[in-house]
Amino acid sequence: MSQPAPVLEVRDVTKRFPGVVANAEVNLTLERGEIHCLLGENGAGKSTLMNVVFGLYQPSEGEILVNGEPQLFTSSRDAIAAGIGMVHQHFQLIPVLTVAENVMLGNETSTAGRLDLDVARERINELSATYGLGVDPDAVVGSLSVGAQQRVELIKALYRDADILILDEPTAVLTPGEVDEFFGVVRSLVDNGKSIVFITHKLREVLAVADRITVLRRGRVVGSADPSTATAAELAELMVGRAVSFQVPKNPADPGEVVLSVTELAVSDDRDVVTVADCAFEVRSGEIYGIAGVEGNGQRELVEAIAGMRPAVEGHIRIEGRDIVGLSPRKVERLGVGHVPEDRNKHGVVGAFSITENLVLNRYNVAPFANGWFRKREPMREQAERLVEAFDVRTPGPEVAVSTLSGGNQQKVVVARELSRPLKLLIVAQPTRGLDVGSIEFIHSQIVAKRDEGAAVLLVSAELDEILALADHIGVLYRGAIVATMPRAEASRERLGCLMAGTEDPGPPAQPDVVEELV
Amino acid sequence: MSGQQTDPKTNGGPTNGRALDAIAGRLDPWVALSPLLVVLAAMLCAVVIGGIVMLLTGANPIEAYWALLRGAVGSPDRIAASLARATPFIGASLALAFAFKAGLFNIGAEGQLLIGALFAGWAGTWAWLEGVPGIIAVPVVIGMGMLGGALYGGFPGFLKAKTGAHEVIVTIMLNTIALRLLDWLVLSRDPVILLDTTSSVPHSREIAESAKLPAMPFAGASALHWGLALGIVACAVMWFVMERTTTGFEVKTVGLNPSAATYAGMSVSRVWIVSMAVSGAFAGLARAAHVSGEVGFIQPGVFRNIGFDSIAIALLARASPWGIIPAAILWGALLSGAPLMQLEAKLSIDLVRIVQALILLFVAADLIVRRLFRIRGESANDGAALATGWGG
Repeated sequence: MSQPAPVLEVRDVTKRFPGVVANAEVNLTLERGEIHCLLGENGAGKSTLMNVVFGLYQPSEGEILVNGEPQLFTSSRDAIAAGIGMVHQHFQLIPVLTVAENVMLGNETSTAGRLDLDVARERINELSATYGLGVDPDAVVGSLSVGAQQRVELIKALYRDADILILDEPTAVLTPGEVDEFFGVVRSLVDNGKSIVFITHKLREVLAVADRITVLRRGRVVGSADPSTATAAELAELMVGRAVSFQVPKNPADPGEVVLSVTELAVSDDRDVVTVADCAFEVRSGEIYGIAGVEGNGQRELVEAIAGMRPAVEGHIRIEGRDIVGLSPRKVERLGVGHVPEDRNKHGVVGAFSITENLVLNRYNVAPFANGWFRKREPMREQAERLVEAFDVRTPGPEVAVSTLSGGNQQKVVVARELSRPLKLLIVAQPTRGLDVGSIEFIHSQIVAKRDEGAAVLLVSAELDEILALADHIGVLYRGAIVATMPRAEASRERLGCLMAGTEDPGPPAQPDVVEELV
Repeated sequence: MSGQQTDPKTNGGPTNGRALDAIAGRLDPWVALSPLLVVLAAMLCAVVIGGIVMLLTGANPIEAYWALLRGAVGSPDRIAASLARATPFIGASLALAFAFKAGLFNIGAEGQLLIGALFAGWAGTWAWLEGVPGIIAVPVVIGMGMLGGALYGGFPGFLKAKTGAHEVIVTIMLNTIALRLLDWLVLSRDPVILLDTTSSVPHSREIAESAKLPAMPFAGASALHWGLALGIVACAVMWFVMERTTTGFEVKTVGLNPSAATYAGMSVSRVWIVSMAVSGAFAGLARAAHVSGEVGFIQPGVFRNIGFDSIAIALLARASPWGIIPAAILWGALLSGAPLMQLEAKLSIDLVRIVQALILLFVAADLIVRRLFRIRGESANDGAALATGWGG
């Protein structure tokens, strides 16, 4: 061999689970010092494949080679020994321990039976300096930002001398600013000779960081691309298997009466810190009002206060003139308010319940689903069949537990429940977080359809592209207050970016910028 | 593109993951039966290990188990005795199961049983009951028992809802309070409150004859009374409430995801209070039936372990109302068969406790059993990657 063997090679790997093939004859090579993006929709088999590489699953067929040597991993321990490190989407950190303690966990150094943290501290400082991670070994993990916690995960892998890093959807939990920072870290890792497999379904990221791209669909490699020549549209088509429209088809809004009016609102969070203060805005029927803002500026508290789930400290929330402060979530819902919550797993669905049951989660006690104290099953079943069809929920049947569905399909269940009844006001918070292209497209079109029916829509999203693509009117939430309101035509990425960061308003752009919604 | 071709076996239509397994679970009887198989396999493991323990103590396990079996179900009389033993467990286990469904751990069933007995035993001594037929007197006594249990169970539910006091701690404390309260009410001689001063063994005054639950037709010499039927009816009631009423839907939602329940407009506090009260009512029913059908008076406070054993039975039944009937009968049969085993195999009666504990251990640690017997099921295959499921 003239050329050095790739640091990692996946050769004809097939992984079967009872009743399903998660990966079929997958081939993949990772060269030293490259960032290889593994692109695919949710459920395409990306994570399964990487779990095979990391030794968490054994391949049914095929083999894994590291530096040209075939490997037989029986556990992640073997993979770590071979120089593979993995950063999972959900961090595996213990919040009450310090960075150093977390990093050395499972790999403890000790002197005379006592834990020796100094060795770890020193290594962490060294790694942190080399790769520009800026992590303090003595910080308590729970007090760190999500971005910093992710860097702790990276250090955990590097501490174990990982040469190959597998990053599973690393940006799903990050804010836009943190994403850029993270890309810098990734670059400095490869500059120092590490090789990276970067799993994602976000096209913007792929084009920004990848050296090479491999697209998976339904467990198979369906193509590879060079990021310097590939376009987002091509990649999306490979990923989804059909052409995808990035523009949300949408007519100009036809705003009517004011439906939601918020004035002088103050709301506090779980720790009694006031996070929404002196907040005021209006949403009219037939328009989408988008709230842009960096996460943690009071979005969650604002939405929960409007939905009745959180008390307002002061101020008024009026729906068609009626002050709803102090009303229970049920009473707010009965006024004709639909709410797609930010945290789907915490609030939106009961995972162990079937689709049918989740679809009546807030209407189970009213006709036609109940007759007094007694629930009626036939209307529930009929509704489930209708909505599964109408909202394109991919499932073997409506009796399947929602937890077995992909994130996109779970979200479709929530959207189906909230949008399928007549609404005056629809609140949607982070409606497409973590979803794949196909689901995003569908959910966006449903939100627009609800607007066209005449509902007032309040959209809260951390994705600027989502705000720019959907909203007719945009308000910027900064430190709990709406600091600027503008029609969509006067908004641009730059302008919103400045306002979101709390700097001076640069004014409307000369040209309304067209946004290709990259997902 | 050739790469785009889908394999008809794997990708024909929307296929993926556990959802498919869930369907398969319905079609494949082995997977559908897997919870039952796990329990049976756990019993087998427990019997085998229990046998080893017997061998170690020098006894003959086959002889011992044979005696245990005959003691439990060896004759119609023995079967009736086993059922009699199982009867109070049914109501008490429902108490645990109902609370489990709401995400609550009602360790206070023992105390609610005592208060149920107290209310029932006290109501039974009301003078006017003597003059009315059983069809009125018995429901009064049982109903009072349920009321007592409901109040005593609802109280910790109320405390949890209003102050956040954890139900486990509160109910443990309330158990002791109930025990001492009963002691005092039954034993106090100055003033005499409930004590039957004519009896040499201290207990409360006998309840009215009309307030006594009659024996079941095939009871024979055993204490088997209509409380068994009441317990089975209670199981049906719980099933109906859970599956067919809005209250059951709320209880299950709160138990599985209280945040989602709040979001959906349910009152989590209300569900906690109601669930604990219903739970206490089931416990009260169990002991009221015991007083009315078997004893006829209130014995001074001793924990009879019915509430504590019922934690185990409810777990064994996985909080399913229909599962509770066989689980409670199994529990009762083991206890009722034990004396014969002691007599014939010269083994300590505690050995049955060991076997019970082992069954529970293997049911709780069902992965051991699943792996040992290769039983497929939800937790058997590694769902991590499959959980991503249905790609859109």
